[in-house]
Amino acid sequence: MDLVDFLFFVEVLVGGLLSGIMYSLVALGLVLIFKASSIFNFAQGALVLFGALTFVLLTEVTGDFWMWTGWLAIGLAGVSAVMLFLHHYKTAGTAVKQFSDKYLPRVPLFVAALVLLVLALFVDGGQNMWRAVFVTMLLFLMLTTGVQSPKWAVGVLLGLAVVALITDGAVTYRAFAVTLVVVIGLAIAIERIVLRPMVNQEPIILFMATIGLNYVIEGVAQGVWDADVHALDIGIPDIPFEVGGLYLSQFDLYAGLIAAILVTALAIFFQKTRVGRALRAVADDHQAALSVGIPLKNIWAVVWAAAGIVALVAGLMWGSKLGVQFSIALLAFKALPVIIIGGFTSIPGAIIGGLIVGATEKLFEVFVGLPYFGGGTENWTPYMLGMFFLMFRPQGLFGEKIIERV
Amino acid sequence: MFYREVGQYKSSYPADQAIFPLTNDRIGVIIILLIAFIWPPLSGSQYLMGPILTQLLVFGLAALGLNLLTGYAGQVSLGTGGFMAVGAFGCYNLVLRLPEIPLVIDFILAGLMAAAVGVIFGIPSLRIKGFYLAVATLASQFFLLWIFDHVGWFTNYDPAGVASAPTQTLFGSLAHEGGPLDFLAPIDVIVSGPNATPEAKYILTLSVVVVLALLAKNLVRGMTGRAWMAIRDFDIAAEIIGIRPLKTKLLAFAISSFYCGVAGALYVFTYVGNADTEAFDLIRSFTILFMIIIGGLGSIMGSFLGAAFIVLLPPFLNIVASNLGEGTLSGAALANLELIVYGGTIVFFLAVEPLGFARMWQIIKEKLRQWPFPY
Amino acid sequence: METGASQAHETERVREFKELILEVDGVFVSFGGVKALQDVGFSVYEGEIFSIIGPNGAGKTSMLNVISGFYKASAGTIKFEGVDRTSASPERVARMGFARTFQNIALFKGMSTLDNIMTGRIVKVKSNFLSEALYYPARDQEVAQREFVEGIIDFLEIQSIRKTPVGKLPYGLQKRVELGRALAMEPKILLLDEPMAGMNLEEKEDMARFVLDVNDEFGTTVVLIEHDMGVVMDISDHVVVLDHGERIAYGVPDEVRTNKDVIRAYLGEH
Repeated sequence: MDLVDFLFFVEVLVGGLLSGIMYSLVALGLVLIFKASSIFNFAQGALVLFGALTFVLLTEVTGDFWMWTGWLAIGLAGVSAVMLFLHHYKTAGTAVKQFSDKYLPRVPLFVAALVLLVLALFVDGGQNMWRAVFVTMLLFLMLTTGVQSPKWAVGVLLGLAVVALITDGAVTYRAFAVTLVVVIGLAIAIERIVLRPMVNQEPIILFMATIGLNYVIEGVAQGVWDADVHALDIGIPDIPFEVGGLYLSQFDLYAGLIAAILVTALAIFFQKTRVGRALRAVADDHQAALSVGIPLKNIWAVVWAAAGIVALVAGLMWGSKLGVQFSIALLAFKALPVIIIGGFTSIPGAIIGGLIVGATEKLFEVFVGLPYFGGGTENWTPYMLGMFFLMFRPQGLFGEKIIERV
Repeated sequence: MFYREVGQYKSSYPADQAIFPLTNDRIGVIIILLIAFIWPPLSGSQYLMGPILTQLLVFGLAALGLNLLTGYAGQVSLGTGGFMAVGAFGCYNLVLRLPEIPLVIDFILAGLMAAAVGVIFGIPSLRIKGFYLAVATLASQFFLLWIFDHVGWFTNYDPAGVASAPTQTLFGSLAHEGGPLDFLAPIDVIVSGPNATPEAKYILTLSVVVVLALLAKNLVRGMTGRAWMAIRDFDIAAEIIGIRPLKTKLLAFAISSFYCGVAGALYVFTYVGNADTEAFDLIRSFTILFMIIIGGLGSIMGSFLGAAFIVLLPPFLNIVASNLGEGTLSGAALANLELIVYGGTIVFFLAVEPLGFARMWQIIKEKLRQWPFPY
Repeated sequence: METGASQAHETERVREFKELILEVDGVFVSFGGVKALQDVGFSVYEGEIFSIIGPNGAGKTSMLNVISGFYKASAGTIKFEGVDRTSASPERVARMGFARTFQNIALFKGMSTLDNIMTGRIVKVKSNFLSEALYYPARDQEVAQREFVEGIIDFLEIQSIRKTPVGKLPYGLQKRVELGRALAMEPKILLLDEPMAGMNLEEKEDMARFVLDVNDEFGTTVVLIEHDMGVVMDISDHVVVLDHGERIAYGVPDEVRTNKDVIRAYLGEH
């Protein structure tokens, strides 16, 4: 092999490794959820798509969307505030007090739903109105089901109203802030509404439920926003640059950097904080964790929120590389073999697995697939690789050994 | 009250072990079959026979295949589309290259090809289970479709990669005038290709599906079915009572893939008339998995109920949309609504009634039996 | 090693046995660093009731798992009818004529009582999926197996729950169905892992009666793990006592009852 060939090989290898980082970004979210709740979340890809689509459309959206969002947020905050007031107002009639005790988080939802129905009947707000409804309702759902604090609900909704109605200069930041909260809201709502009622089901049933969820999220994402291809520019240049005769993608290097930051942040979060310690306890044994007083439900909410954030980051990276489109959700499936290779419970495993998958699929495609089979092998090499890993090392590279007992 | 089994005593084991031990059920099934065979051809409606009933039967058969593997043997597969594609392109090549063979034999051979491929991709199930296996079966899905996309021979080098069903008669060219089996010529009919009547295609599909469904029912109520369910319910205990995991699981993969393969062949020859790999993509695999979840895991009838739900939902939504008035629901909105309804139904059934429509049907029968009393 | 004949007093059920059916010799099992079994050996005579007892964590279930092929012994041999079968797989062990029940019931929850017991017949029939799919000639075989299984259902007095899904049955009945499934295999050796655990006195008596009847009527050798000393001493022909993975006593019930090591293992160091 002469130098040119060798350099080409290295170039392909490094390119593969770097693009593998992109899979790792998605895989991280999967590992988080699996660690905390033993759910193999097939819908992570849909979350990634949802995040990217939400962000790109919030930057593009024109017209009265923000006006609707702002006023709806104010309305919901107002109803919540009234409920809170009734709740704390000692001289209020017992009936009112009992009623608000029981339905505090839910009543504003009912009221809001009623208001929206009236709006829909008498005001032709168009699609922007429905998008605004979706954004505010998702936020509210998260705050009342996941966080379960009406005070927070009032605060955040008022915050949203301010963001929506006043800050129209900083388009990107406004969109990012709202997207972040919306994605976290969706993740928490999924956990709370869909998966928690199924908590004692078999893992395979939960897995199939997340396939269904995948469809729902894809449908909602494309229904509320749209199904077109959107260009997304998050300001990272994508110009190849040369290092010692090698041409490397600058964008991929940034992706690697972001993955490194994300992993470090997660590592610090899980090793150094109280919530992190609690999460590790939960990952070890749900019941034992519960019995020493770890609030399982809050931990789950935190983990899903974290998975939502990771999905958003992955979505932004993928979106700016390929354009925001439906195929992102399909590409994200490659995160499944990644965590099979790395191990279901290992954060470093997700990174290493991504590197292995990225390098293998690129090398195979360039040196075997294209010259001999007409290309397209990237479609299946990760899955084949995952299958072989499963045959010989079912727990993955960094997973815990699976012991069966009678 | 309406549905009583009182007074129906069995005095022999064969009678007690019949598929439908109750006279009421037997009569019901016979009536349904009679209607299925007679009414659609009489009605002459192409829409009813083709896009509705034939589609339902073809996907019902694929769902039945997957249900044998997932619902009975407990091995979740996301590679159904790949196995259907093996049957579809296998059958296409058989008819193209060996037109002498009767089409029904082609279906069986295509099913056997799919079975062989299924066994190969079933090998990982010996080491892994649950969603680990599900992810491994994704490999078969993507790999098989890639092969059919990249090896032109399979589609007879069609530039668009589309396999179009050639004209073929029920008994093949051997039964044509002058052939060795020409005594069959008077009863031979064209059952595939542009010249086949919708009636012929529908009746052929229905017959194949009814026969295969009956065979499947026999399998699952016999020792094979018990071995599958034992592996599904408690694999370690199954092994300790002497069930061979290797043989049992691979047999499940083989038979399941056989059914999916035949369904794929029917898809090309009697339903659509042509197919490219997109007809058997990952979405198809998911859809068929959804059919068995909604219809009922571990139920033959459930496979068809689930298929009916999935097949009939889009036309139903269309009717709803057109009744709401033009323009209220665009095509894209309808497509998204379908996704949401499919996914939502899946989650609902898994959370509330994991055994699907089939279990609900049982509950209804129970209620009918007791009506008007609560118990 | 003696056959219980010399210790005739008190115990009514002292019987003579001639043929060894199962010989366990010097078996070691360990998981990682934990030594579950160390140099355990004993012999079981054909047609006897043999008990393995010991405190919690003594390695009793591990011993049964080694015998049924689920765990692999790192050293030692297991002979069945004089032939070495130490490393046979569970499925082969079952086909040799071993059946077992589990400490935590291992029934097939999605199937009826009848179907659960029918699964026990799988080792005894030559099944052919084509014949089953056509229901011919499989039908005759189904009927024949059904007749055999109905015999077991009668024997265990569970006729009324024949078609009930086993998941819905109470604990005691589930244990009985599990015994039925093991009996359907027509085993030469029946391995019972705590068949009476968690039962009340009446259920225990029933179960003891079934075990004795199986032993008497079919001549099946029974190896059982049990915590209830009364039951063990009453029905066993020989007993082996394990503690911390080691054999501390072995012999007829009366010998074991008075053994100092056994008393110490159960009551602690005094």
